[in-house]
Amino acid sequence: MNTTVKKKSKGLPIGARRAIAYAVLILVSFLCIVWFYILFINATRSKGELTRGFTPIPSTHLIENLRDGVFHGTLPFVRGMLNSLFIASCSAVLCTYFSTMTAYAIHVYNFKFKKFISAFILAVMMIPTQVTALGFLQLVGKMKLENNFIPLIIPSIAAPVTYFYMKQYMESTLPLSLIEAARIDGSGEFRTFNTITIPLMRPAIAVQAIFTFVSSWNNYFTPALILHKDKMKTLPILIAQLRSADFLKFNMGHVYAAIAFSIFPVIVVYLILSKFIVGGTTLGGVKG
Amino acid sequence: MENAKRGKVVSYNKWGYIFLIPFVVVYAVFQLIPLVSTFYNSLFENYRSGLMQVGPNFIGLKNYVTLFTNGDLLIYFKNTMIMWVLGFVPQITVSLLLGAWFSDPSLRLKFQRFFKTVIYMPNLIMASAFSMLFFTLFSDSGPINSILISGGLLTVPFKFMSNIWSVRGLVAFMNFVMWFGNTTILLMAGMMGIDPSLYEAAQVDGATASQIFFRITLPLLRPILLYVVITSLIGGLQMFDVPQILTNGTGNPVRSSMTLIMYLNKHLYSKNFGLGGALSVLLFIVTGILSLIVFRINTRTER
Repeated sequence: MNTTVKKKSKGLPIGARRAIAYAVLILVSFLCIVWFYILFINATRSKGELTRGFTPIPSTHLIENLRDGVFHGTLPFVRGMLNSLFIASCSAVLCTYFSTMTAYAIHVYNFKFKKFISAFILAVMMIPTQVTALGFLQLVGKMKLENNFIPLIIPSIAAPVTYFYMKQYMESTLPLSLIEAARIDGSGEFRTFNTITIPLMRPAIAVQAIFTFVSSWNNYFTPALILHKDKMKTLPILIAQLRSADFLKFNMGHVYAAIAFSIFPVIVVYLILSKFIVGGTTLGGVKG
Repeated sequence: MENAKRGKVVSYNKWGYIFLIPFVVVYAVFQLIPLVSTFYNSLFENYRSGLMQVGPNFIGLKNYVTLFTNGDLLIYFKNTMIMWVLGFVPQITVSLLLGAWFSDPSLRLKFQRFFKTVIYMPNLIMASAFSMLFFTLFSDSGPINSILISGGLLTVPFKFMSNIWSVRGLVAFMNFVMWFGNTTILLMAGMMGIDPSLYEAAQVDGATASQIFFRITLPLLRPILLYVVITSLIGGLQMFDVPQILTNGTGNPVRSSMTLIMYLNKHLYSKNFGLGGALSVLLFIVTGILSLIVFRINTRTER
């Protein structure tokens, strides 16, 4: 629709074009925010207020809803958040450290299978984990790792996308002469990696740590297949349980509070870190 | 480490292998072995009916035949593609438009940081929670119906969850909201990479903004556009969280929003490893082919 507007407006004065641009930007921004605004409002309202229809003004029952719906509710949301936090943090640390290491191996050294391995990683980069989930599940079963965080954390060591980003970044920031200099100064290879490469890669590591954290935090498919005990469940699994529960029995204020509890921490962290994230998506991605 | 210090230049290169060990070991154990065993499983009759365990018996490619002949696969593939297209068309349109505006120096848009921050935000929201949120907002007695009724647009609540196209539409819309910011940033980066002298020359020749967009920006953006389309298609084939939570795993009404991965998930839960394996292998082949196209694009832009 918008393109036709543009087509018709051939040679439109700059002021009009600017006005259209702002109108569309405001509209799409509205589409991105309004849901969370309604969520926030409804999380502050009591059961009775919610049945009376929607009003755009927040009410006073937020603490109550959080207390009864999240902290003392039927589903262990606090535990779920701690589990999610633990899994996502460990994944982020392991993923960025070892992906940098893999990128370092390919970037710095020359060896026989280098071409093959870097081409292989690039080729499998886009293959989703779901297609091997069946074998993965059986493997986890055989290793007796069901209801365990290990199968959700350790695989993040081999992350082709993060590797690709790290390698792109390394090519622009890590001169081989620097590593040579470290060697001449008598630094071992492993020490050079830890004390020179890792600090130099810090901006890229920060960006990728955020992305790995978020994708692990949001992951629903694999954890739902592995974690069955209530104590081990992560937030997305609990959300799914909330969805499958009998709705009429629930106080909707509590439901909104639980959803808000899973969504708003990420939004707050995002707003603090948005500078890194929005710029970071393209740093190592596709180059024009 | 001691050896490396004393050795010649060549001896450093063994560290390449050493640094690769974590990746290779983890990838082999958690990706390659599962891939092989998924393929292996697809050749066996192996499922549970009630408390009875059937198989595993070797049956060759029969699972694949069943998959193609019982019709479900085609329906779910169609559902997945419909919802992907419904979300992707507005996504790429809006992204191209916003990307062009953001990267157009003559427009001098203000608050760019703010807008980019806002439109990128939904990408980071937990898809399952976002979907749950939409389920409550669009439920029969939810706030959207209440707003529509009090605004005089409806007299009785619209049952969003019992209408084929409203469920599909909601899934597509959520995917659109979650991904157009990401695509905008990607396309914008591509547009910024276009040689500005081309634009200047076009402007000197009297080209309008839309002519510049269709004659210069779009053609030069083709590799990135292709990349966006293919990666989004791969993502679309993986569509799971949003329809799964929205429809509570049923894909209702009449399984019209059941996606391929939801189907796979069902097999995995019911331990139907034969058919599940065959489905996984098919998905692997399709995403593998698509990945090779992305691989081509990536290696080309690297050069």
